[in-house]
Amino acid sequence: MSDDRSSAQTLNRAALTRRLVQRLTHDEAVVAGIGNTNFDLIAAGHRPQNFYMLGSMGLACPIALGVALAQPSRGVIALEGDGSILMALGCLTTIANVKPRNLTVIIWDNGIYQITGEQPTATAGATDIVAVARGAGIAHSEWVRDEAHFDALLDRRFEHGGPRLLAAKIDDQPGQGRPLRDPVLIRTAFMKGLGTSRSGVLDA
Amino acid sequence: MTWSEIILATLKDNQVRLVAYVPDNILTPLLKAAAADDDFVTVGAAREDEAVGTVAGAYMAGLRGAAMMQTSGFALIGNALASLVVPYQLPAILIISERGTMGEFNIGQTLVARTMRPTLDALGIMHHTLADLATLRFILDRSIKQAFTTQTPVALILSPLLTGGNPAASAQLISPEGPRA
Repeated sequence: MSDDRSSAQTLNRAALTRRLVQRLTHDEAVVAGIGNTNFDLIAAGHRPQNFYMLGSMGLACPIALGVALAQPSRGVIALEGDGSILMALGCLTTIANVKPRNLTVIIWDNGIYQITGEQPTATAGATDIVAVARGAGIAHSEWVRDEAHFDALLDRRFEHGGPRLLAAKIDDQPGQGRPLRDPVLIRTAFMKGLGTSRSGVLDA
Repeated sequence: MTWSEIILATLKDNQVRLVAYVPDNILTPLLKAAAADDDFVTVGAAREDEAVGTVAGAYMAGLRGAAMMQTSGFALIGNALASLVVPYQLPAILIISERGTMGEFNIGQTLVARTMRPTLDALGIMHHTLADLATLRFILDRSIKQAFTTQTPVALILSPLLTGGNPAASAQLISPEGPRA
């Protein structure tokens, strides 16, 4: 498996995010990490089940784990950049041990802290994030070879049970959209999308 | 009932069913009891901010949770509170066992403990120090109800006056000071 990373094509986050969103037909929850990750999620078309982080770098996976535990019959996807997941590698060990069957983690890896000045991350050097995830105990962790492989991995993400992690090597194109910087509105909309909002009584 | 039995029962009364934690000696009876109780989902996190994130996500998806940690762990969650819990108006229940005071041997613990209440105050997070078995259930129950009703976090600090503290972390005087004979 050591050649997985070297054989992964460099893809585009916006294009992959659009492919992901097109395949979400069961109101799956998507928790998107800060910056370009959630810029491209909203650019793919807002969905009521999207949660956009405006801070708390590194917490997309823990937040998604909480959603997955609360609603075990809903598919949950965490989108996170390489810099963010490097800040929170311990959460991969937590997810591996909790084993939520409905959680999929997708890491966009361009080897840079793109939004802060393109400084290299550890994945630009020696660190292979899929190997890290496997070592953490997420056995079904794989590099995305190309767009067709991404689609296939998404379609098969529940077949082994337990959590799954996909990592895609991506280019350095900036994110295309911008979520509204209104945390309460984001949270309220997300809860409405998950059927847990109490705001329904105020809807005209 | 012991303090840990009261806390567990009060969480249960309020349908707080998720416990995400980084362990602490003082919290042991509470964490063990939660893990052994089928009404609770327990998540052992690697870091305290992770536990806070998981509680936040669970709340939004309809599962009420509490994040449990020690004082030094609280020092790791500043960003999770300031950029997630407070601005998104998430009712995270934070249960913090207090070290660093009333006979602490570790100077690092005494210093980090002093950052806790000022941090909570700076962020406008309501906090109560639980020091008395007689008022424990009242404060906890009312605070949990207030948090979920008003969608605000609350920190509940378990004082050594309530828990007895951690005997293994007690300062011990090893010899009288002064010129040696």
